[in-house]
Amino acid sequence: MFVITRRTLAAVAVSLLALPAAAQDAAPLESLSILAPSSAGSGYDQLARAIQQVMTDEGLASGIEVENVAGGGGTVGLAQFVTSNPRGPAAMVLGFALVGGILTTGSPVTLADVEPVARLMGENDVIVVPANSEIQDLQGLVAALKADPAGVSWAGGSIGGIDHVIAGLFAKAAGVDPTQINYVVHAGGGEVLASILGGQTTVGISGYEEFAPQIESGDLRALGVSGSERIEGVDVPTFQEGGVDLAVTNWRGIAAHPAMSDEDKAALAAAVDAMVKTEAWSQLLQERGWTDNYLPADEFRTFLEEENTRVQTALQEAGVL
Amino acid sequence: MDTVYALLHGFAVALTPINLFWSLVGVTLGTAIGVLPGIGPALTIALLLPVTYGADPTSAFIMFAGIYYGAMYGGSTASILLNTPGESASIVTAIDGNAMARRGRGAQALATAAIGSFIAGTFGTLALTFAAPLMVHLALLFGPAEYFALMVLALTTVTALLGHSVSRGVFSLMLGLAMGLVGIDLQTGQMRFTMGVRELLDGIDIVVVAVGLFAVGETLWTAARHRFETEEFLGYGGSKWMSREDWRRSWGPWLRGTAIGFPIGVLPAGGSEIPTFLSYMVEKRLAKNPEEFGQGAIEAVAGPEAANNASAAGVLAPLLALGLPTSATAAIMLAAFQQYGIQPGPALFDSQPELVWGLIASLYIGNAMLLILNLPLAGLWVKLLAIPRPWLYAGILIFATMGAYTLNNNIVDVAALWIIGVIGFGMRALDVPIAPAIVGLILGPLAEQQFRRALAISQGDATVFVTHPISLVLLLIAVLIVALPPILRRRARYRAAT
Repeated sequence: MFVITRRTLAAVAVSLLALPAAAQDAAPLESLSILAPSSAGSGYDQLARAIQQVMTDEGLASGIEVENVAGGGGTVGLAQFVTSNPRGPAAMVLGFALVGGILTTGSPVTLADVEPVARLMGENDVIVVPANSEIQDLQGLVAALKADPAGVSWAGGSIGGIDHVIAGLFAKAAGVDPTQINYVVHAGGGEVLASILGGQTTVGISGYEEFAPQIESGDLRALGVSGSERIEGVDVPTFQEGGVDLAVTNWRGIAAHPAMSDEDKAALAAAVDAMVKTEAWSQLLQERGWTDNYLPADEFRTFLEEENTRVQTALQEAGVL
Repeated sequence: MDTVYALLHGFAVALTPINLFWSLVGVTLGTAIGVLPGIGPALTIALLLPVTYGADPTSAFIMFAGIYYGAMYGGSTASILLNTPGESASIVTAIDGNAMARRGRGAQALATAAIGSFIAGTFGTLALTFAAPLMVHLALLFGPAEYFALMVLALTTVTALLGHSVSRGVFSLMLGLAMGLVGIDLQTGQMRFTMGVRELLDGIDIVVVAVGLFAVGETLWTAARHRFETEEFLGYGGSKWMSREDWRRSWGPWLRGTAIGFPIGVLPAGGSEIPTFLSYMVEKRLAKNPEEFGQGAIEAVAGPEAANNASAAGVLAPLLALGLPTSATAAIMLAAFQQYGIQPGPALFDSQPELVWGLIASLYIGNAMLLILNLPLAGLWVKLLAIPRPWLYAGILIFATMGAYTLNNNIVDVAALWIIGVIGFGMRALDVPIAPAIVGLILGPLAEQQFRRALAISQGDATVFVTHPISLVLLLIAVLIVALPPILRRRARYRAAT
């Protein structure tokens, strides 16, 4: 008879989990509050709840709570996070939109006030036209923009957000003055979709997932995706393939509270590091159409500084700042 | 009849004991959160998503649909009894619903709201079953110019809410429009009237304003007068059932409310409040006794309540037919679809017939459950009003304050609630009507955004509003609503004189 002793069980467990070195130094987190600086259902919220789900299911941390604080392009949540005095380990999700939000709202609190932990995922923006549009591809759009910049109306999300920044950078890369583009702000992906499906605007720009069903059904034509590589399994060229030298990804990541103890910080970093290596996480990324954009803390910090400069320049050139 | 067959199959799915159970859980939970200001169906579904991850998607969506419909019912209960609209779609209900409650007709108000919601929900679901794809494609014809015209039409509702003094009514409207300006201007990203308060960047929440003006203002007003007056207006005596007269006066508004609510719900940017405004205005125009409006007219509860439930059904049409989320709740449900690896969109009806038709069938069932749940409860709910006034109002204050905080976990909302409450007190003291301010607050920002989008797309050509046929027709109707009654009155007077 085969008897499973406690020791063999423990050995099996350890080998199965294959914990990274850091995790062995720090005890797993027993509580963690994650702030999502936007309302329920938004991109930040989805990421926060995805972290909650995978970390809990995989036993990497327990007692995870998600709190939503919306407003001001994410800066209300950021300000509340930085000035709060948390009782336990606290983290927040952040992303591209927050970089723009800080700049456009003149937020006194910036990403320099939080401790970057990791960049986790990215989403591709996509430029679409209705199926019956005369614009066939990216070069067609470039030609239309050059002929009459204001005649091409763009339906996209908020000022300073990813869609707006990409529209400006796209114009610039196409050799058109970004201040001349006719960017029409819509509140959220649903409104953009309605506007472009109804042919109210010339082109629509939003996250790929917002348009995916309509692109697949043929109601919308995708001209190009914003990332440096194509989306796996999706036959849509990148901007660069289409002759427009631009690559932008709507990345999101996680940062820790500035007052977090070194011990907790190490535990959080270890949990995140272990999380991105799990099968459940890769599966979740694939289900949601997210690309794996993992960057550990130090690289993430450098990346944030570069991204800030890039967005600031783009917004200045678009005449927003 | 493929649709009928598919629907029957849907019922077979939805009527299994386990799915009935989820539906019951959903409608009960939905009713509860609808009563609470600040916690809406969107947040509830977001909170439940991780819990339901392991469950069968059909069961989960049946529960979510129950929450969604239930919240619409619950919102009206709090509006009528406590003058504290739990959802922005039930703000209009508070006007006459609460007046009815104070005249001892709370049970009838709750009953007409519940039956009207049931009828509207059922007809709305029928329309969703048979006409969703067609209506959604018509709805896409609406562009910014058409929406602007629709907002202008809805704004004429103010004429039905002005009260006896036009100048006071207009003052209230302007106050609402001014409050609506607060926050980041979407089109340019400029900050307006935020006074350096970061939390005001996204504007003042409608629920905060409505609860502040209605509930907090009312509470302060009552507290200020309580020492000098002993009137006992919060009665609940008399019959608990709707009289023959109540039925006669309710059925028209129920049907008209449904007819107004569903199509506007289908419109991607129609919103849930606009149909309630339009229904209120239509009922007042058609009423034999318009002077009763504002004092507790049953039509003013029956119509808007039907309208908001019909529009709730309408919102599901673009979600299921196109994968197009047009409200916060629909957006969460879309995220939930994606969590289950289901791609909503044009192919959903074909790829997931079990889910779609099970969900639609569960809407019929949830609706019936809500009626069964709410009608007997009406008598019980009304007993709330028997609570001694100081306790009741203290309770409302706590309830309102808590709700304002939970909206966004933000103390600034609580401060705003109280400041607006004091303004509401002042408005009562000066006999300024509250409702026009709410209409202005809701419609002002929407109308402005659509107006500017329309002009941006047309590159500054203002004729778009009259060259688009739908927009032109809506604007003409709006002009008629404002101009016709005075002309008719003058003619009647002229005839009487000759």
